[in-house]
Order: sequence, then structure tokens, then C-alpha cells
Amino acid sequence: MQTIQEIENEIIADFSGFEEWMDKYEYIIELGKDLPLIDDKYKVDERLIRGCQSQVWLFAKKKGNELVYTADSDAIITKGIIALLVRVLSHQKPEDIAKADLAFIHKIGLQEHLSPTRANGLVSMVQQMKQYALLNLIS
Amino acid sequence: MINMSTFDVHAIREDFPILKEKVNGKPLIYFDNGATSQKPQVVIDSINDYYTTYNANIHRGVHHLSQVATQAYEDARNIISNYINAVFSHEIIFTKGTTDSINLVAFSFGELLKEGDEIIISAMEHHSNIVPWQMMCERKKCVLKVISMSKKGELSLEEYEKLLTKNTKLVAVTHVSNSLGTVNPIAEMIKMAHQVGAKFLVDGAQSIQHFKVDVQALDCDFYAFSGHKVFGPTGIGVLYGKEAILNEMPPYQGGGDMIERVTFEKTTYNSLPHKFEAGTPHISGGIALGKAIEYFSKLPLAEIQAYEHELLQFATDELKKIENIRFIGEADEKASVLSFLVDGAHPYDVGTLLDKMGIAVRTGHHCTQPIMDFYGIPGTIRASFAFYNTKDEISTFVESLKRAIKMLI
Repeated sequence: MQTIQEIENEIIADFSGFEEWMDKYEYIIELGKDLPLIDDKYKVDERLIRGCQSQVWLFAKKKGNELVYTADSDAIITKGIIALLVRVLSHQKPEDIAKADLAFIHKIGLQEHLSPTRANGLVSMVQQMKQYALLNLIS
Repeated sequence: MINMSTFDVHAIREDFPILKEKVNGKPLIYFDNGATSQKPQVVIDSINDYYTTYNANIHRGVHHLSQVATQAYEDARNIISNYINAVFSHEIIFTKGTTDSINLVAFSFGELLKEGDEIIISAMEHHSNIVPWQMMCERKKCVLKVISMSKKGELSLEEYEKLLTKNTKLVAVTHVSNSLGTVNPIAEMIKMAHQVGAKFLVDGAQSIQHFKVDVQALDCDFYAFSGHKVFGPTGIGVLYGKEAILNEMPPYQGGGDMIERVTFEKTTYNSLPHKFEAGTPHISGGIALGKAIEYFSKLPLAEIQAYEHELLQFATDELKKIENIRFIGEADEKASVLSFLVDGAHPYDVGTLLDKMGIAVRTGHHCTQPIMDFYGIPGTIRASFAFYNTKDEISTFVESLKRAIKMLI
């Protein structure tokens, strides 16, 4: 099982090959298209994280001592970034998720999507992912 | 074909330093003029000049700088007053912007209303011309009525006529829709309101930068606009109101400058416009807005209007050639605002990719959620043009949009 850091490093290596912004986004869009969709029956309001521009649905469950996340968005670039976050945080232990700083987002130049001004639901989604982890730590 | 001899867009672009900027390594193409316009050098210089050479508080100092600053601020009021053809310059109230202007009227004019009085707005209002009226209606137990619109994005005057009753006290409608581009038949609507004795507020946030506004010819009772959308700074705007009505209205906020005499027992208020301008105002903003209006008023407005229309027509024709494009807002009379959707692509994605190619458009609901609900869409992509935009920029935009669509669908 890879650690969060190992997966982050892997993603940074994947992105280091792109020189052009558009190539980077081409890749993110592909990731978004490949992301397993949440079943429509789970796309309910209590799982909805409303952004001003795009919306995100997040679903978390505990499997053994790990947390498994599934998520979705109506915007494909948001979905691509979700795919990266899920790849890093899903199937990890709650204590590791809670302390992950997700520095890779900066390193691959996507921090603007996680800025509070972007209003795409991603900032709230990361908070929600961490909150699930914290709740599981307490229980 | 219009005669462009006296209007040289390339010369005009030289007045706007930001247009030389690069974004993500690409020359900036700024098509978000509906959100805010760029500023000419004269406006930028005037802010610098104020803070560098005559910064002082106004209306209260006998010292030299205060007098120079007061004069400059009041000159700006005069420029604006002359430009929109107000009868008196004290009918020009400086505010923070359109939102602030509308809130002022909703509060202060609202104080004159009683239970059961009616306010009419339209289905294509910006949130800032909806929420203040809802708050006021709740406070004063008034009734808020809404003129509906067609799928094309046009208001129904027949329905408007039916909504007008002897209880209607005020109609507040936008001149130009920020998300659809529709130009409303405001002059006719004002006449109709006056026939039942109602006052009329024009939300001019999206019109003053496109049309010559003459408040006397329109005969509107209030006209509100923002400085930053008409090539001036943010944080400053205007409420025009007819003198008689402004005199009837109680003050909106209390503080310095708005008083005549204060004792703990009773305070008497200053005359117009000061009655509505409590506290130290945005002095540099007011002065710079005066410069912006002065700059704009020297441009050949008829040619600019024709040019902007040409840009809109060109962009519309070019976008029509792309499959999967759906226009939102197809009124017969439109300002240079183009709202659209790409079937199968989310506006957020399209906007993000265009940004990476140096193109600034607005995506989302444009603070008009009821309009988005009306069309059953999450938002649109909006390109809004100003006179400093070019057809070449539109061509680049269309090519970039095609590339984005190819990536997304």
C-alpha cells in the first residue's frame, strides 16, 4: 500500500512532463472522464457540496481501518482534480488523511482551483474529506 | 456600413494600459466588461494625482488642500450631472455603486410607503435589484410583483400594464440585462408607470457605458449606476434622483457631513446632496469617476454604439457556426453582451480553458439566479464587449473556444 506522500510524488512526476497549460488540462480532463461516477441515487442533497460555479458530490465509507471516497462533479475539470484528490486520499487511514497537507496541488500548479475565490466546491470538498477522517478518529 | 473614420480602435486601446498585459503567456483578451470595465490612463493618473498632490478631507477644511479637494470632488459631480443631463447637480448622490444606490432608495423611499403598497421589478433583474426590494417589502409589508419574460429574454409590456395599479408606488427595472444583454424599452415603461402615479428607478449598471443617458428625456425618477463599469474606479457609484423626491425622502445613514445641526435632543439634516452622503466619502473615487465620464463623453458615442453592435453581430455570427452552441438571451434589442452555453460542456470548464488561453469571460449565474432557473441551466458563459475590443480578438476567442470544446466533448 502506497503512502499519501508516495502517491503525491507520483502525481508530481506525472505532471512534470507537461510544458503547456493546455496539455496539463488535457490530462486533467481525461482523468475527469475516467473517474468512476457516483450512482445517481447517491447524488442527493446531503452529499452535495454547492459551489457558486460547479457542484461536487462526496460519498465516504469506512472499509476496515481505511476510508474510501467516491466523488463526482458536474464540471469535468473539477472532476479531474477530484480524481487526483481521491487517488491521494482514498484507501488511507483516517489519521494520515487528517494530517495530509496536499502540497502536490501547489507543485503541479493547480492551486487556483483550490482557492476560496474559485467557488467550485473543491475547497469545501477537501474540508469535508478531512472532516470525515477526523470524525472517524474520534469514534 | 458605418463610417469609422473618426473612431480608431487601435488608438483608443493605447489609452488602456492593461490591454498590453499577458495572461498565462498569451496577450490578454478582456471580454468581461459586463463585470467591470478597464480604466484609461487619465483615470488612473487622477487617483495618483489626488493622493500625491492634494489629498485632504472635503467640505470641512479652510486650508488650501481641503479646498482644492472639495472643488475637484464637486467638479466631478457637475461633470456627471451635465453628462446625464440632471436639472441640478445636487440630484447626483455619490454612493458605493449601483447596489448601494438601490439599497438607499429601497430604505429611504421605502420609509414613505405603507402596508399594501406595491413595487414592481422584472424577471431579469440582478440580485441587487431584487433583494433590497424583498427586504423592504418584508419590513414595510408591501407587495413585490414581477414582470415575466419570454424565452427570447424580452419583457411583456402587456403583462406590465396589468401589474400596474393605483397601489404601485415604484417600478425598478434594469435598462440592460447583465446576463442576457436585452435592452428594455425603458422610456415607454417609465411613461406607463407615471400614468398610475408610480415612480420609476432605472438600474443603469449595464447601460451608461453603452448609451447616452438623458435622465430628463427619460423622465426617470431614479437612475443608478456604478463607476467601475463605466471606466472609473470601484467603490464609487451614483444615484440620480429628482430633487423633489429626494427632498421628501428621509436620510439613509447618519453621520458627519449629512447634518445641519446636532444636539442630543434633535438633529436637523443637511440639504441635498449631503443629506445622503454621511461620512467621509470616496474622494479619489468620485474625482476619478468624473475623469472617466469626461473621457467617455469625448468619444464619438454614436460610432462607438455602432461599433459595439458590429462586434456583437460578428461574434454572434461566428459562434453560430459552431455546433452545440445555445444562445441565452436573443432579444431583438441587445447591448454587446453575449451569453451562451455549449451543450455537453460545463461553463466552468469552458471558462477555465479560455483563461489558460488568455481570454477573460465570465461564467456562472451572473448574480441572476432567477434567470438561470427560468432557463433551467446552471449558468452561462458570457462574453461582454467594450469599444476597445476588436474583431481580431473575437476571432481568437472563437478559435480558442473551438479548441476548448474539442477537449471537453
